[in-house]
Amino acid sequence: MITLLDSFLLRAALAGTGVAVAAAPLGCFVVWRRMAYFGDATAHASILGVALALGFQVPIFAGVLIIALLMATAVSGLSGRGFAMDTLLGVLAHSSLAFGLVAVSFLQGIRIDLMAYLFGDILAVSRIDLAVIWGGASLVLLLLWARWSALLTATLSPDLAYAAGINPKREQLVLTIALALVVAVAIKVVGVLLISALLLVPAAAARPFAATPERMAAIAAGIGALSALAGLQLSFMLDTPTGPTIVCVAAVLFALTNLGGTIYRQITAA
Amino acid sequence: MQLISLQDLSVSYGGNTVLSHVTVGISPGEIVTIVGPNGSGKSTLLRSVIGAQLPSQGKVIRSPGLRIGYVPQKLHIDPTLPMTVRRFLSLPIKVSDKQAKEALEQAGAGQLSNRQMVDLSGGQFQRVLLARALLCKPQLLILDEATQGLDQPGSAAFYQQIEILRQTLGCAILMVSHELHVVMAASDRVICLNGHICCEGEPEHVASAPEYRALFGSGTQGALALYRHEHNHSHDHSCGHDHGKEHPGSHSPDVIQEARG
Repeated sequence: MITLLDSFLLRAALAGTGVAVAAAPLGCFVVWRRMAYFGDATAHASILGVALALGFQVPIFAGVLIIALLMATAVSGLSGRGFAMDTLLGVLAHSSLAFGLVAVSFLQGIRIDLMAYLFGDILAVSRIDLAVIWGGASLVLLLLWARWSALLTATLSPDLAYAAGINPKREQLVLTIALALVVAVAIKVVGVLLISALLLVPAAAARPFAATPERMAAIAAGIGALSALAGLQLSFMLDTPTGPTIVCVAAVLFALTNLGGTIYRQITAA
Repeated sequence: MQLISLQDLSVSYGGNTVLSHVTVGISPGEIVTIVGPNGSGKSTLLRSVIGAQLPSQGKVIRSPGLRIGYVPQKLHIDPTLPMTVRRFLSLPIKVSDKQAKEALEQAGAGQLSNRQMVDLSGGQFQRVLLARALLCKPQLLILDEATQGLDQPGSAAFYQQIEILRQTLGCAILMVSHELHVVMAASDRVICLNGHICCEGEPEHVASAPEYRALFGSGTQGALALYRHEHNHSHDHSCGHDHGKEHPGSHSPDVIQEARG
């Protein structure tokens, strides 16, 4: 039986929007908490997860999820212990990518398309991939929705959270798990190098139009989904790599909204 | 039943002892002010009370179901985080518009509801923090150098607001000041902290003394009192700091009782 999901373009569109809709609200927290490098380190480490998954013949999703969880936990454990975090995260992000690439080269007898993991391969998304992506994305959205108020309070100030009986360390763990999940589902869509872009760019593009955190998260999700769909369409028309094209669209939207926001403020101030 | 009691509390960070053997209790409706120089462990003490700092020794006992309203020393809101005053008041527990309006009016910040937090002035920001702290109907209100960055009339107005709140809400207040000589006139108790409790005094005993009355700041409508004392004594322990230098002025020794040495 031939169904609508048999169209690879439709599957790609669903995969792209699924990842974008989950990544954007999580990306807001990454922006608010200044965790950009944290996302990078986790995403880059996941190439090591790909190598391990191929080596031990387990599903890529599982390998990436485990390594991303380990990396995210290690990084969030190290934070707040007096290390120079930006340096440490930079070291971790790039060295984990390098180790991952070296590990992949050790895999003998397995031909892998490295580019597909670095930049994504959204047009090759299968029905099972789609189920994994939407399952993971739903889980991330559910986590954020369930913990939203506590997450926001802990983001504003750990001490305010403690005074209200919220443990900010537990909220940090929630974000860590959500981030690992997003990395694991996004690797097929945009690849390890551009996952951070999918987290950060829509959130940053949404900022000028948002008066509350909820509106920023909703607008970011919309911008993320729009970028995914427009990027897919453009890459089909221009025959460009899809993952990078999606990020390009998001970046252009970021430039437009921030420029628009600045002009609007100048007009209203005048 | 005390709202909260710290028993023989010691806190160390990486080998440095910040607080040693501190015993403090706060009763319902009481106003307690902690004074001490920078680095004397005032904020650490407050963080222990709210549960943000685990003691390395001793314990913190809270009365069951204690509601704490906490006004932090400073709160940096990242400019990337959009946050209206109204939204901020609903964190972490959603409150009705009526409750939010009431709390803002109680804190003297009635018209600020739709403003962005990052656009507020220092005084407005502190009042919004106070309004948020009032929303849980606190039994204990904790203010950590809440008037830092405010000018003298600003802090006087803020302290008058606090005094009104204590009268209307009946909550206990625990606050910290690094201005050694200026504490709230309404304080029931003043604790001088410098790693340990140097001394504790009861200003209402002092208030009857003519020397003390002469020290009231006349320009602050009595909201601020000058609290001067000097440690021209020696403790029967060595704690590695000079008590005399940090507390200029003088006081009569019968007023300020030695808490522990």
